[in-house]
Amino acid sequence: MSSNVITVPVGQAEARPWVDELHQWVTTVDHKRLGILYIASALLFLVIGGVEALIIRIQLMHSHNNFVSPEVFNRMFTMHGTTMIFFVAMPVLFGFANYLVPLMIGARDMAFPRLNAFSFWLSFLGALLLYFSLVGGSGLYGAGNAPDVGWWSYAPLGARAFSPGHSSDYWTLSLLVSGFGSIGTAINIIATILCLRCPGMKLNRMPLLVWMNLVMAGMVLLAITPLSAAQIMLLIDRYLGGHFFDTQAGGSAVLWMHFFWIFGHPEVYVLIIPCFAFMSEIIPVFSRKPIFGYPVMVAATVCIAFVSMSVWAHHMFTIGMNSYANSFFTLTTMAVGVPTGIKIFNWIGTMWGGRIQFKTPMLFSIAFLFQFLIAGLTGIMMAASPFDWQLSLSYFVVAHFHYVIVGGILFALFGAFYYWYPKMTGRMLSERLGKWHFWLFLIGFHLTFDVMHIPGILGMPRRIYTYEPGRGWDTLNLIVSIGAFIQAIAILVFVANLIISYFKGADAGNDPWDAWTLEWSISSPPPAYNFATVPTVASRRPLWDEKHPEDPDSRYE
Amino acid sequence: MSMPQMRSSTLPFLARTILLLFLPAVTGWASESGSYSPGTNIFAPASTPAKSIVDLSIFVLVITGIIFLVVVSLLLYSIVKFRGRGMDGGREPAQVYGSMQIELAWTIIPILIVVVLFLATARVIHATQDAPEPAGALDVIAIGHQYWWEFRYPKLGIVTANELHIPVSDPGHPTPTFLQLLSADTDHSFWVPELAGKTDLIPNHPNRMWMDPQRTGIFLGQCAQYCGTQHAKMLLRVSVDGPDDFASWVSVQKKAAVEDAGAIAGRRVFEQNACMNCHRVDGTSADGRFGPDLTHLMSRSTIAAGAAENTHDNLRLWVQDPSAIKPGSLMPAMKLSDADLDAVVSYMETLH
Repeated sequence: MSSNVITVPVGQAEARPWVDELHQWVTTVDHKRLGILYIASALLFLVIGGVEALIIRIQLMHSHNNFVSPEVFNRMFTMHGTTMIFFVAMPVLFGFANYLVPLMIGARDMAFPRLNAFSFWLSFLGALLLYFSLVGGSGLYGAGNAPDVGWWSYAPLGARAFSPGHSSDYWTLSLLVSGFGSIGTAINIIATILCLRCPGMKLNRMPLLVWMNLVMAGMVLLAITPLSAAQIMLLIDRYLGGHFFDTQAGGSAVLWMHFFWIFGHPEVYVLIIPCFAFMSEIIPVFSRKPIFGYPVMVAATVCIAFVSMSVWAHHMFTIGMNSYANSFFTLTTMAVGVPTGIKIFNWIGTMWGGRIQFKTPMLFSIAFLFQFLIAGLTGIMMAASPFDWQLSLSYFVVAHFHYVIVGGILFALFGAFYYWYPKMTGRMLSERLGKWHFWLFLIGFHLTFDVMHIPGILGMPRRIYTYEPGRGWDTLNLIVSIGAFIQAIAILVFVANLIISYFKGADAGNDPWDAWTLEWSISSPPPAYNFATVPTVASRRPLWDEKHPEDPDSRYE
Repeated sequence: MSMPQMRSSTLPFLARTILLLFLPAVTGWASESGSYSPGTNIFAPASTPAKSIVDLSIFVLVITGIIFLVVVSLLLYSIVKFRGRGMDGGREPAQVYGSMQIELAWTIIPILIVVVLFLATARVIHATQDAPEPAGALDVIAIGHQYWWEFRYPKLGIVTANELHIPVSDPGHPTPTFLQLLSADTDHSFWVPELAGKTDLIPNHPNRMWMDPQRTGIFLGQCAQYCGTQHAKMLLRVSVDGPDDFASWVSVQKKAAVEDAGAIAGRRVFEQNACMNCHRVDGTSADGRFGPDLTHLMSRSTIAAGAAENTHDNLRLWVQDPSAIKPGSLMPAMKLSDADLDAVVSYMETLH
């Protein structure tokens, strides 16, 4: 499809002063540039959140350690959690969605380009507000501080009586503002997918990545709104004399928990479904087969979205709900494992009978499958609510959700980086550094998070800045901390790969992976308008049809 | 009090083998508990609620272990068997789009597994949460404070802190302990892993839990729900006493504070400073409720919610500067002169 590219004279893009270049980036409404801005800001906060994690791990290396004070430790885990969920995971996934969805449906931009820019800058402002608390938290007379109420800020700990000063307010405003950004992006993704598909791209011909981002965006609308409502109620409590969560005036701490987790659990699927999307593009290409069971994959995704809206109180099995409520949330939580299992089987079904190529994106994808399976199985253990009465709030839970977020989401994201970086920059990421990155990160990950389950089983609660000797937790925590540093080294290799390859990477060409979706039909990086002529598709794999005119997919669909 | 009869000994041999293969760490630690040293291992239960959780968890672990084996085998097989080889010559493999029969199979089988797991779980939920309180049960009100535990025995008229004493329960004549869980400030969670799963203490939201420990000894635990700066040092000790030991502990705790004429100077320091605003010493004018009841302070083996041993030096350091032991503790440094400090500590040391 080289006819789709308008040749831009080489000299035209160069010799522009850097101020102009910066101005272009700040004022851009191009979905590709905004996508890259989302991704770049997320990488910045990944490093910051990672440093916070390392501080936590140094403090916990042995019992009664004095590396940081309890106050600093509590701020670190609050900031680490908030940063990683709201300012790393969500923005980086929105970034990929922004970049890829229009390209994959043959559109020239998102439906609302200005809303797109507005949403990104809102999210970024939210992140800045959170980190401004380090300066303005207690005002400079109090030398400032970050919030220390935990990333879910349970009532009444977030009330003014227990969290004086402004650190919690920055946390609240930060989530409120970035939440509006997320809602804007979600509306944009939905409108783009429903309205801007190229001719021939019926809903049942959309790439799975597009389908799954559609579902994700719908979930964002449903999940972020209660969070925003709760933040507004908290502000009313703190500044206007409200008593929603003020237990000393008859308010309800449990109400906050419900509001938070009806956001919090769907949020997990908001993060993991786009990663399912990456897997559903990468695994077929590197297995050289179409996705196994396309309609079932779509149905399973929609099913996960619905069921995951009814599982939130499994975060609250220890708060003293009655036995009927506990049984209900046990059932719904276990049920969500069924469509999730179907997905894993379908990915394996895709690999079955293929010719698997172990390029770096595929290595990360296979590790994703293995780790996501384990994360799902430990999830089933905690869905059995009596088992959760022991495991909840312990390091077992911390290990479980890091298995989901690091072993699942981050591995899938690394796969996505290696897969689409050539499209975004025109250069290949180094396979050699990629293999180093993969193996180092894999070893560090398993050292940290496999071992981390055990102190939980041995009764170690989460969020403690230190622990007593003689409980059998010391050695385990030391191993966990060593693994964290190996992961940090792997991240440095990754960042080095991103930078070095940008300047010295091999030329990618339009279609380095011999792939089948529309983004590979245009130049790398794509021109501002994406497609010179809007493409027309006749199947789910338009480039397969083009490469194999004797045996096109359109004949079978 | 019905108890689920899902004993691990009834598990098929294969399932047990799988469990041993995949959980060497867990089973290893569990067997270590044979020595009965105070520990916090959830797989060393000493009370019915904790035991029924272990039975359920072994069942869940076996099922998830089998799922793990099956899926990982499929994954490994397809990686090895279908790896791309150099001699494929660029040919694409057969393009397969799916199969409804296979999809149905891997939908229906997981649904059946979910039903089985749910029924097994619901049974334990019901047996634990809906257990009626027998006549011989001991009632205790546990109140969470930043960062210590208040224990009140309403029928016995006892108030104590941080170290809970309860009687051992003979399965033939159960004397379980039923805890009512309250909070004076933020959320906390009562977790003594070898006795029961955790239950939160939430302001305005009274909760209930119970345990029937079947052996005597010290059981350790701590607050599990993040409650503020010193969440980490809100430790718990449960002393499970034999019937005689428990009776004698109760009789000591019921008495008013010992009056020791030798410690009158210290008592005066205690009552003329802010100490008495927060602490109670039964039989004196000190009647505060913000901090732990000190009537029988010396009957406890730790101070500062388990953060330090109850020794002369620690007690003195604690009164002088609580943040030296527990930074963030809500007890202020009293800034007493050395003479007053010594006097008040010797007064406290008379509170047996």
